[in-house]
Amino acid sequence: MTPWPELRTNTMLRHVFQRLLMTVPVMFGVLLIGFLLMQVVPTDPAIVRAGPTATAELVQEIRRELGLDQPLYVQFGIYLWRLLQGDLGVSIINNVAVTQELGGTIGPTLELMFASLFWSIPIGIALGTIAAYWRGSVLDRFVTALSVAGGSVPVFFLGLMLIWFVGFQWQWLPFTGRGGPLWTVEGWRSIALPALTLGGVFIAPVARMTRTAVLEVLGAEHVRTARAKGLSESAVVLHHALRNALIPVVTLIGLQIGFLLGGAVVTETVFSWPGVGRLAVGAILSSDFPMAQGTIIVLSLGFILVNLVVDVLYVALDPRMRGG
Amino acid sequence: MQPDLLRIEGLRTVFKTSSGLVRAVDGIDLSVPRGKTLGIVGESGCGKSMLSLSIMRLVPPPGRTVEGRVLLEGRNLLDLSTAEMRQVRGGQIAMIFQEPMTSLNPVHSVGRQLTEAMHVHSPGLNASALKDKAIAALKRVRIPSPERRFDEYPHQLSGGMRQRVMIAMALACEPRLLIADEPTTALDVTVQAQILDLLRELQADTGMSIILITHDLGVVAEMADEVAVMYAGKVAERATARELFEDPQHPYTLGLLGSVPRLDEERERLLAIDGSVPPPFAFPEGCRFNPRCPFAIAPCRAELPPLREITPGHQAACIRAPVENALSLESAA
Repeated sequence: MTPWPELRTNTMLRHVFQRLLMTVPVMFGVLLIGFLLMQVVPTDPAIVRAGPTATAELVQEIRRELGLDQPLYVQFGIYLWRLLQGDLGVSIINNVAVTQELGGTIGPTLELMFASLFWSIPIGIALGTIAAYWRGSVLDRFVTALSVAGGSVPVFFLGLMLIWFVGFQWQWLPFTGRGGPLWTVEGWRSIALPALTLGGVFIAPVARMTRTAVLEVLGAEHVRTARAKGLSESAVVLHHALRNALIPVVTLIGLQIGFLLGGAVVTETVFSWPGVGRLAVGAILSSDFPMAQGTIIVLSLGFILVNLVVDVLYVALDPRMRGG
Repeated sequence: MQPDLLRIEGLRTVFKTSSGLVRAVDGIDLSVPRGKTLGIVGESGCGKSMLSLSIMRLVPPPGRTVEGRVLLEGRNLLDLSTAEMRQVRGGQIAMIFQEPMTSLNPVHSVGRQLTEAMHVHSPGLNASALKDKAIAALKRVRIPSPERRFDEYPHQLSGGMRQRVMIAMALACEPRLLIADEPTTALDVTVQAQILDLLRELQADTGMSIILITHDLGVVAEMADEVAVMYAGKVAERATARELFEDPQHPYTLGLLGSVPRLDEERERLLAIDGSVPPPFAFPEGCRFNPRCPFAIAPCRAELPPLREITPGHQAACIRAPVENALSLESAA
């Protein structure tokens, strides 16, 4: 019995390649919109760079230096050309290369995402399955109530509550910054509250999606066949109902992770977590255009990659998608 | 004579719904002799599928079997614990369904679904023994190149192949009774004939009994030794297949036979039964067939007629049976 069927590598690789090609126009759109957004912000980066006491000539000089006097399409062209060479520019605020700043923040953000999903996805799936199996019971109502509540609590509110009670009042866990890598005790302690916050808001949608999907599969005829074979209820639910329900659940989780990236920005800000999200907020607030654009690129790339992974998982989970 | 393999006594399965109590199976007595085929015929909605699910104790909620006994070799299945019942399902009684397209799990390979059933009923076997047994089972239902099919998924098989896989799965543990719920309805006519032939051969080999549920009288004529005609949750008529086709007693059976097209008779148009099966929460007073019955008289509207013996071994639930009498009375009047 092979619980995980071998994949047909060739079709799989072609599939991945096609998906990668499709990300090119998407990335172009991201870059264009990110670039244009920075143009409509009513602050002039040259003034920011020059400081409050600078003369008009100095501002003009800086503007020329940054290429801001060129027409927009030329600016965008230059920007793209540099980007292709791996040059995301230099921070207007502190003259550090954007790539360097980003390099230091991607790790902590990945850590946070991983730690959040690591506990929330299994719990969400378990809750959803329990609710679907005992549909209409007290348990089901409890899960549904929890989903509604969890779905309505804003990330920042949950974060602030955890900071106030767990971090400040009871002083159980630290609530600012990153204590170290994940394999150290301090790393675990410091990531606990941000991961609880970000994961906490993710349980509700996962549970809700799982409940719907499992309910639908439980009514399917092949589930009746499984019961007629004499399988135990746990085998019916795990190997037949939940296994099939995972196909839509994985897709929806992938879509929700985009939303979770937004949550990561808030969570990182609330907990001073040194990730891409906090960097983005800081860059936008200080009109640091190159830095802001860099963070947008990284977050968008993250989103595209997650979708790619979901696509691959989808094919792995559903033999009908593997083509003939 | 050996006692019957399965006896159903006073079986009653109901659904509590917002529109009222639905009596899907309403006091049914039937028996299935060893090694024989009992055909259960009726229109859709007459309760024949619920009857089969009641035997398996797989009635979906909010349905519940509230009364009666299902005796398999003398043992009442309704009294068994859940674990004991699981051993019966797929062990002593197996079931195949109408839709081979949706009755197999699309995400598991054929082999996995076959071995899963075997693993439950013979947990001692290791993976390679299970695989050998599964391939043998596929061979038995005449699936070509079974070794390759073992690793394939349901969507890679044709409808007929899938039904063969279902049969292989059902027969894997050598059940005493096979319940086939419209096993050929979704298949092409030529494939239908193949599947029926296969079932007959397998029955001859194993000596199992079959309950064949269908709305197709042609299938019944070809397969069944005995027939029960169901109408609105009750048995309307019971007889051997030959008796039923030669000398039908219940007006409903007459109507069903009248709506079968025949090549050897010239007939202007097919007889159709007017109306449809009443919804089970709104059965009419008296005989449930009376609003559609051309022979209905006042007493038919007053009381539910019991199943009674018309000739030896032939029962009908109709106060006007035998219908010849009714017909002659009518022409006299």
